[in-house]
Amino acid sequence: MPSRDPIAEPWGTRTPYGPGEQWPVRVDRHLAEGVDPEDVDRWVRTASILHSNGDAMDIAVKDGRIVGVRGHGEDRVNRGRLDPKDLYGWQSGHSADRLTRPLVRRDGELVETDWDTAMDLVVRRSRELLDEQGASALGFYTSGQLFLEEYYTLAAIGHGAIGTNHMDGNTRLCTATAAAALKESFGCDGQPGSYGDIDHADVIALYGHNMAETQAVSWSRILDRLAGPNPPRLLCVDPRPTPVAREATLHLAPRPGTNVALMNAILHELIRTDRVDHAYVEAHTVGYEALVETTDAYPPERAARICEVPAEQIREAAALLGGAKRLLSTVLQGFYQSNQATAASVQVNNVHLLRGMLGRPGAGVLQMNGQPTAENTRECGADGDLTGFRNWNNDRHIADLAQVWNLDPMRIPHYAPPTHAMQIMRYAEKGSIRFLWVSATNPAVSLPELGRIRELLASQGLFLVVQDVFMTETAELADVVLPAATWGEKTGTFTNSDRTVHLSEKAVEPPGEARPDLDIFLDYARRMDFRDDDGRPFPQWHDPESAFEAWKRAGVGRPCDYSGITYDHLRRVGGIQWPCNEEHPQGTERLYADGRFWASPEECESFGKDLVTGAPSEEAEYRSTNPEGRAMIKAVEYVPPHEEPGEEYPFTLITGRTIYHFHTRTKTGRAPELQRAAPEVWVEIAPSDARAAGIDEGDPVQVRSPRGGIRARVRVSGIRPGVLFVPFHYGYWDTDASDEGGERDRAANEMTVNDWDPVSKQPLFKTAAASLRPLGRGDGRPSQAPTTTASAPVDARVPATRGEPDTVEEHVDEPTDGGTR
Amino acid sequence: MRIGAALRELHRSESTLATELSRVAERYPKEKEVHHVAEDLAAWSRDHVRAIAEAAPRYGVDPAALESPEPSEEAQPELPGEGSDKEMALLADLRRLYRMSGGAALDWDLLGQGAQAVADPELLSVAERCRPRSVRQMRWARGMLKAVSPQILAT
Repeated sequence: MPSRDPIAEPWGTRTPYGPGEQWPVRVDRHLAEGVDPEDVDRWVRTASILHSNGDAMDIAVKDGRIVGVRGHGEDRVNRGRLDPKDLYGWQSGHSADRLTRPLVRRDGELVETDWDTAMDLVVRRSRELLDEQGASALGFYTSGQLFLEEYYTLAAIGHGAIGTNHMDGNTRLCTATAAAALKESFGCDGQPGSYGDIDHADVIALYGHNMAETQAVSWSRILDRLAGPNPPRLLCVDPRPTPVAREATLHLAPRPGTNVALMNAILHELIRTDRVDHAYVEAHTVGYEALVETTDAYPPERAARICEVPAEQIREAAALLGGAKRLLSTVLQGFYQSNQATAASVQVNNVHLLRGMLGRPGAGVLQMNGQPTAENTRECGADGDLTGFRNWNNDRHIADLAQVWNLDPMRIPHYAPPTHAMQIMRYAEKGSIRFLWVSATNPAVSLPELGRIRELLASQGLFLVVQDVFMTETAELADVVLPAATWGEKTGTFTNSDRTVHLSEKAVEPPGEARPDLDIFLDYARRMDFRDDDGRPFPQWHDPESAFEAWKRAGVGRPCDYSGITYDHLRRVGGIQWPCNEEHPQGTERLYADGRFWASPEECESFGKDLVTGAPSEEAEYRSTNPEGRAMIKAVEYVPPHEEPGEEYPFTLITGRTIYHFHTRTKTGRAPELQRAAPEVWVEIAPSDARAAGIDEGDPVQVRSPRGGIRARVRVSGIRPGVLFVPFHYGYWDTDASDEGGERDRAANEMTVNDWDPVSKQPLFKTAAASLRPLGRGDGRPSQAPTTTASAPVDARVPATRGEPDTVEEHVDEPTDGGTR
Repeated sequence: MRIGAALRELHRSESTLATELSRVAERYPKEKEVHHVAEDLAAWSRDHVRAIAEAAPRYGVDPAALESPEPSEEAQPELPGEGSDKEMALLADLRRLYRMSGGAALDWDLLGQGAQAVADPELLSVAERCRPRSVRQMRWARGMLKAVSPQILAT
């Protein structure tokens, strides 16, 4: 059983396999120092909560504490593998600085109190504002890290019981464009593809998706295909030299903000060379002619000028995609957080519709999620969608939801799209939202233009409730802080990027008086005395399993149909992909296998939007263009970003993540191995730009945008010239910024632009102009940015990022039958 | 033939619309979606203005003589209280943009009809290219109005 250093080898040892074969099992296990497997009292079933891959695992419990984890060899998602965050992240639960008691603000200070006092305050303020102003005074901003049962409960309370339209999740920052692009192309949210498509694909295209760092275990799957017979060829579109780019047959590094021009040229070439499955297009789509017309104006030479990518590479990319027999495409933040986010992502869907590459093994699209439970935020309706992918603009859907909830339809707001996060913040800034309940997220570090966000969250007129595990930068601004239990301390389900549902069971007790988020929401509902139309307490459920059963009734007949799943079922078989119902009792690996979509005017989640202006279409228009509910091919012109580099700010600033951290590091920053692997913020710059600025690896610099600046050491990397990259994970909870004289000069979002995609409303973290100023010579030490990943240095003398060989890899050799699962 | 007159009128409506969209963009720097999208849409109208100027000489209209008047509609209050209430002003501005872009779309309809009657395929293709964008401008103003009005009216 080989031992591995997961910091130095994030993707572990290769287990090569060929097309159509089953991915071999490799069970990874890490236990705290001094703990042997035989010491473990219990292994408790769960899945990863630190990214959206959904790696199935067991928590090791000894003496009532978590002492380690191991992967699930039989699970379809990871076949036993775990990534560095899975292996080490659990340690944060035991941190001494967990929130253990509610806090309320008295005379300007947060002081400890009991649950009754804290909840009474929240309830009293809610009632006052409902009486004074009505539901429009209350807003909820949640997460991509809670459980399905919790989102469903929150959605029922917010949209149903209170009747506010102001509810969103931080999923707005990570996955809103995935949902929007799926709705535009297929009429409804729902991931078409499956991770299993990696086993079959002959070409895999990754668009703005550094899978190696965001879904590391699925990247291991691709690496295993690359190491086996008849490997797939990879296309990578990314301005950074990611591990994906290093393995790619073809790497395109377009100028940030120009994805639509690039995709239009690729589609232009596919059409010109007639790599079009005309029978599929004819039978299953509408809109092809408009695409031909629009992309006609984008020959590779024109896109080459806009994107600053050689025209020849664009032609090669189109040839690679056009020659694929089984094409898998994945899309993430490089598209979702960039200019024209939805339009660009829709063009990826178009490639598949044109080529008829959907719903077959190896032929699929994965519009990815960022966070572990973002899928549930979307399907439960705790973000800017309605429960069960219902259409807010379809009165029949509202009536149906009202019946499920046993409430009057008039109580459910459906006069406008649910208010998105950036607009919620604007209403709070203007003072028309006066109560904001933030659960499991940290907007004071994660939203753009932080100076403004801090100011509005701290304003006297806003009653801020923060429900979290740690004293985050946001919690510090709250009027009431509610201590929450976390993963391993509560039971519930969650669903990964490829629709796989896992059960996560309680392994240990939460610390102090911390309570599961579900209990907190239900406690609030009972204290508010919400009632349904028969006078029963609403929500009508009381614990995780009853919430899950209630949710199943809300999803029947919708794509996210869980009606065939029970907790026992999940305990018995592990991960199951929805829809799972009487018709598909084992779940469904791929959507749209039959070329049928959830796109009829009666079924669709959205009547569509204008891909440039974001203006919603109305039902009559949708009915006339797509009466049969086919997939929709939508074409759009390139529109330049709203902020481009110039004389004062000559660089394009993009922000992003590293494999070793999650979100604002509230958990991973408290796991020593992960924190050591990436201990401080850095800025990546190309060698030519570094030379021009007279700076070397490790030198301190100031990076500024029109909104703010940070200080960081320089990592000279293979990034595209003219582009700076800063990771967004680093806030201030472990600095002295909150002390007097402490400076807020570390968070990337001090600089990001307050602008969003008009279609998905996802903020544009990859479009800002910035300047760079050297702050003198460094001390000769290199930046501490990881060397193992996209932040790899060009200078070979920089010491490699390493950890300890503390993880066991158990390779299980199974006879391969060559068959598919 | 009155196509010259139609072109002159369209030039007036598109250039005032371009000015008004830019003005609205400037007026709401903190309403980010209005601010950014209005400016993107102003670029469409400026593009339409150029297309009209290019077509004008063929119908005996001197491009230099085409008028670009200031938006005059602002003299008329759109909604009560818009002068003193910034929120009402936003609704008023969106309402005005809706009417102005709707007017431009109608004018493109007229021009398209004329182009067909005189069998001018070039002019027809200009009308067919520009008209849908006027409609999209109008839909945007309406969509934005529907999205922001509930909170403004209820508070």
